[in-house]
Amino acid sequence: MTIAFEHDAIRAQFPTLAQQLDESPLCYLDTAATSQKPQSVIDAINHYYQFDNANVHRAAHQLSARATKHYETVREQVKSFINSAKAEEIIFTHGTTESINMVAYGISQQISANDIILVDSAAHHANIVPWQELAKRTGATIKPIPLNDNLSIDHCAFEQLLTLSPKLVALSHVTNALGTVNDVATLVQKAKSAGAITLVDGAQAIAHFDIDVQQIDCDFYVFSGHKMYGPTGVGILYGRFAQLDQLVPMLTGGEMIKTVSFTGTTFGSLPNKLEAGTPAISAVIGLGAAISFINSLPKAQVRQHEQSLLEYLQQQLTQLGDITLYGANANNTGAVAFNLANEHHQDVGILLDQQGIAVRCGHHCAMPLMELLAIKGCCRASIGVYNSKQDIDQFIAALVNVKALLL
Amino acid sequence: MNTNSTSDTAILQPAASAFLPLDEKVSLAVIAIENAKNWQDKYRQIMLVGKVLAPLAEAYKVEAAQVKGCESQAWLYHHQLESAHFFCADSDSRIVKGLIAILLSATHGKTTSEIANFDLEQYFTQLGLSGQLSPSRTNGLTALANAIKQFAAT
Repeated sequence: MTIAFEHDAIRAQFPTLAQQLDESPLCYLDTAATSQKPQSVIDAINHYYQFDNANVHRAAHQLSARATKHYETVREQVKSFINSAKAEEIIFTHGTTESINMVAYGISQQISANDIILVDSAAHHANIVPWQELAKRTGATIKPIPLNDNLSIDHCAFEQLLTLSPKLVALSHVTNALGTVNDVATLVQKAKSAGAITLVDGAQAIAHFDIDVQQIDCDFYVFSGHKMYGPTGVGILYGRFAQLDQLVPMLTGGEMIKTVSFTGTTFGSLPNKLEAGTPAISAVIGLGAAISFINSLPKAQVRQHEQSLLEYLQQQLTQLGDITLYGANANNTGAVAFNLANEHHQDVGILLDQQGIAVRCGHHCAMPLMELLAIKGCCRASIGVYNSKQDIDQFIAALVNVKALLL
Repeated sequence: MNTNSTSDTAILQPAASAFLPLDEKVSLAVIAIENAKNWQDKYRQIMLVGKVLAPLAEAYKVEAAQVKGCESQAWLYHHQLESAHFFCADSDSRIVKGLIAILLSATHGKTTSEIANFDLEQYFTQLGLSGQLSPSRTNGLTALANAIKQFAAT
């Protein structure tokens, strides 16, 4: 079945985008931080609170049954969306950060002193700090995986590190600071041959790629709802059943138990075992609507649209002059990182903001990467399905004004 | 918040002679900022007033003097002469340096009670810069103003 690609109609589904900021129309180029939400997601959350609000998995009443059914339907939706083998492999968390923390905590007993953990040098802090804490608890050692000239993982250096037989390998699918892409299927295959457990941070990939966790073949794949047109407060921890089932629950309490007594408590089974407490039900339902939204779009054309926008963005920035791009490769996804001459990224950001341009300026939660690039920070323009060539033109015109002021 | 909140922090201080009265260009620039006819003009003036403040020697741009809460780096030193408070400050961001100069225009050389009564929000709103004040902003203006107030209060 082919679905027509009508960009205006897609953009029109995002109410936040139709606003003026002072004299300028909002130009939202900060999707890598969080995406805007289509009306269908907002409506789904409203509908839940207006008609279905009840706790899940508990009460024997109709409302709770309806809420539980909806909640579990979204689990099935996520399962199909990333092609996991079982719905029990899908854990609802509060976001990517929590998902990674749950793995890093839950795996502690499997890690011993002298074990090696390999971490992507360009990773988000959320995919660095939990491993550092794990290393502190267990005496394991963290080794950063070097990058190549394109600022994605250096496969040769990675293979070298694999000869150390690491216990765990943590990768980014798409880097949040630069938008560089790693061939995670190949990296995971190599890591697996070396006997490592693998985790892939898919937070920046999930809105742009068709994800197939069985094809990537990683043990864990994590992402957030709010970067894929869904609400904040919900994320996914996918784990291969055998691995996931071995995680010690980071959170304990209600929902996750089988029996509780003061002489001893037994935990329930997956997925509930890893979902202690009342979950973010409305956010999960919103996530379901976000998946339906993404599934309603013609994927190939969306991908093509986003890639040509990014290419146009890279090309326009280069043409502008006095711009340094970081790791700007043809296959980058979602984001462009840059600095204007020697100007402070924050000054550039403030002056862009005066013109209605929303970009992120800072270290992008990737301080080790900034150190590697020998910069304090940079500006990052990132795109979503709703962005148009007009947005890029407005952004470049604004940057021309910034340049006139600063240089 | 900021690590530079107590006057007895054992860090190297610039000499007392570094805490000069502000150049009168600063107060003139503040008037120009208030009267700026568009954002370009406003920010051009902000960056110009930042240039009037003497730069801090590299030796003083140390972690212990940094005001936290800014995406850019900002350093602040305090010196009290009788009842008046004087400051030395710098930033690696031109706009933040300008915002610091604007802040100092209202607080430099003032007494403890004058600084305690200084209304940051009213001041920046009058200059048409209230947008730079929200706590979500990473320019650290609020953190800088708090650091100045804390210095003057101790």
